[in-house]
Amino acid sequence: MTELSDPLDIDRPPSNRWMEVWRQFRAHKGAMAGAVVFGFIILGVFLGPFAYPHDDQYLPSGRDFITLRDTRPIYVALWDPSAKVNWYYVLGTDNLGRDNLARFLSGGRVSISVGLTAMILSIVLGTFVGLIAGFFRLCDGPLMRLTDLFLALPILPLILVASVLFRESLALSLGPEMGTFLLIVGLIGLTSWMQTARIVRGDVLALKEREFILAARSIGTTPRNLILNHILPNVMSPILVSATLGIATAIITESALSFLGFGFPPDFPTWGKLLNDAVDRMTLYPERVIWPGTLISLTVLSVNYLGDGLRDALDPRSRSR
Amino acid sequence: MLTFTIRRLVLAVPTLLFISLVIFLLLQLAPGDPMAQVPLTVPPEVKQQMREALGLGQPIHIQYFKWIIQFFWIEPLSGIDALFGTGLAEGKLRVISWQTRSPVIDIVIQRLPQTLWVVGVAYVVGILIALPIGIISAYRQYSIFDQAGTFITMIGFSVPPFFSGVLVIVIFSVQLGWFPSIYDTMHVVDDWASFKVQIWQMFLPVMVLALQITSQISRFMRASMLDNLSHDYVRTARAKGLSEASVVLVHVLRNSMIPVVTVIALGVPSIFGGAIITEQVFKVNGIGQLLITAIQANDLPMVQTLTFIFAILIVLFNLIADVLYGLLDPRIRYD
Repeated sequence: MTELSDPLDIDRPPSNRWMEVWRQFRAHKGAMAGAVVFGFIILGVFLGPFAYPHDDQYLPSGRDFITLRDTRPIYVALWDPSAKVNWYYVLGTDNLGRDNLARFLSGGRVSISVGLTAMILSIVLGTFVGLIAGFFRLCDGPLMRLTDLFLALPILPLILVASVLFRESLALSLGPEMGTFLLIVGLIGLTSWMQTARIVRGDVLALKEREFILAARSIGTTPRNLILNHILPNVMSPILVSATLGIATAIITESALSFLGFGFPPDFPTWGKLLNDAVDRMTLYPERVIWPGTLISLTVLSVNYLGDGLRDALDPRSRSR
Repeated sequence: MLTFTIRRLVLAVPTLLFISLVIFLLLQLAPGDPMAQVPLTVPPEVKQQMREALGLGQPIHIQYFKWIIQFFWIEPLSGIDALFGTGLAEGKLRVISWQTRSPVIDIVIQRLPQTLWVVGVAYVVGILIALPIGIISAYRQYSIFDQAGTFITMIGFSVPPFFSGVLVIVIFSVQLGWFPSIYDTMHVVDDWASFKVQIWQMFLPVMVLALQITSQISRFMRASMLDNLSHDYVRTARAKGLSEASVVLVHVLRNSMIPVVTVIALGVPSIFGGAIITEQVFKVNGIGQLLITAIQANDLPMVQTLTFIFAILIVLFNLIADVLYGLLDPRIRYD
């Protein structure tokens, strides 16, 4: 309600709804910081290899192997002059002489791709189920019972079991990397759509009673057009919020799987896998644990703040702030 | 209320049957042979006999039916046998682990206390920390305490336990040397000194789990308190001259506890899921670690049983949450 008391705002032409949301969003400091950090991480992970063109799979051989393995990050030299550092490897190398920074970058690429794809899958599934359940009364009961049943499944144990059982056959047919990627994305997506479905269904049920739907129906709009043109745009905001928060859950689940050793194949780095590999020697090389862990946490934290800000900006009840 | 509880209990049966079917089919339809570990020197006819002994030759619905009978009838009976020394389940085939050739339930019961100790204590500690933080944060909204509390809970929400666990090990047991990094399950508590050692070794895993629980519950507590603080009855209570403490801690707190209690009940099963990771980090040999080793060893009966136990926990606590909600909030009438 601040815009009414502000005389300058009266002269301003009425902005559309998304301009208003953007204004609200910008006022939320945490959300802006989250958006900036998340954008930075995505840019760094996907464009970083162009600025830092090191091969993450390169294994030095012969005498190079001895000299190049287990180097520390260059900043360690600040307090430990005897540390083995190499200016070519900014964050040092691992026990096989592979470049840590290049591995963090390509690991992040995998982790974030998994997070985004799994989120899209779960949002599409959840929105579809929610729309159908909310719109067609006949489907409501069965679909919501199905949602309840899925909510009662022990997710983490089932994902663990399924990822072991189906890994080999998928790897044989699609190649080890693509197979595992699809498997993990599919598992996370299939087990995380329920919350979205519930929220969307609730909103659709409320929207269905509104006059504009009645009006659209009375001029003969088909159910398909009614859903796509009139209902879907109006449930976009809760979908957006749960999409944002879905990225965070998907990234955490993927890292947890990789951490437990049930994720991608060994030579295929993801943040969780890098963290897991480094745990055994974390006393000697703490940076190999701290970097991937911090990257996971920072990504999830920024995404969570982003989701919080989006929720506040899109929720008309909190507009008065 | 009683009819509602009974109706929910009856409804839980098909849910559990569905979940058991999902678990069973997932493991049965999966490519991968339980006999893959058997050495190649074993002749094929012996292999066939082993296959039949494991019940692998029969059609799927008969296998499923047999598994259900074993799980819901023979295992409880042998539980009664163990308690009262009767012979109800004598000679019946129990669910046998393929790794150890002993009944699965016996191993689970051996492992359960470790998990329950760590998870249970963490849950209680987490709730005890979360409630005051949530209350004060809501009461002094946008104060420095609230800002700091919201930030810390956001961090606890975002930092996954496999990183926070490793981090506290690096800081507190490697650098500072205050706590052990590995949980010693053979440790027997019989006097004060050994009790102190037990507390010491439980500290890190409990704190890692409690951080997550605290973040979730204090966020809920704060939101729920905020929701209630703006209600009319709060103004009435203040207007009739009640002290601020009794307004907040009696009137508001009681009403805002209603959703929080259900969240606490609903969170119990997910904590067992989180314990899988924490147990792996701190080398606690509880049921989470048992599940991981069973999956790696392709021990199907063990995996089925453990996953199903997790499912039973989820269904049970969902039920408890529903019933609690009805008990606490008189506005909700189920019948």
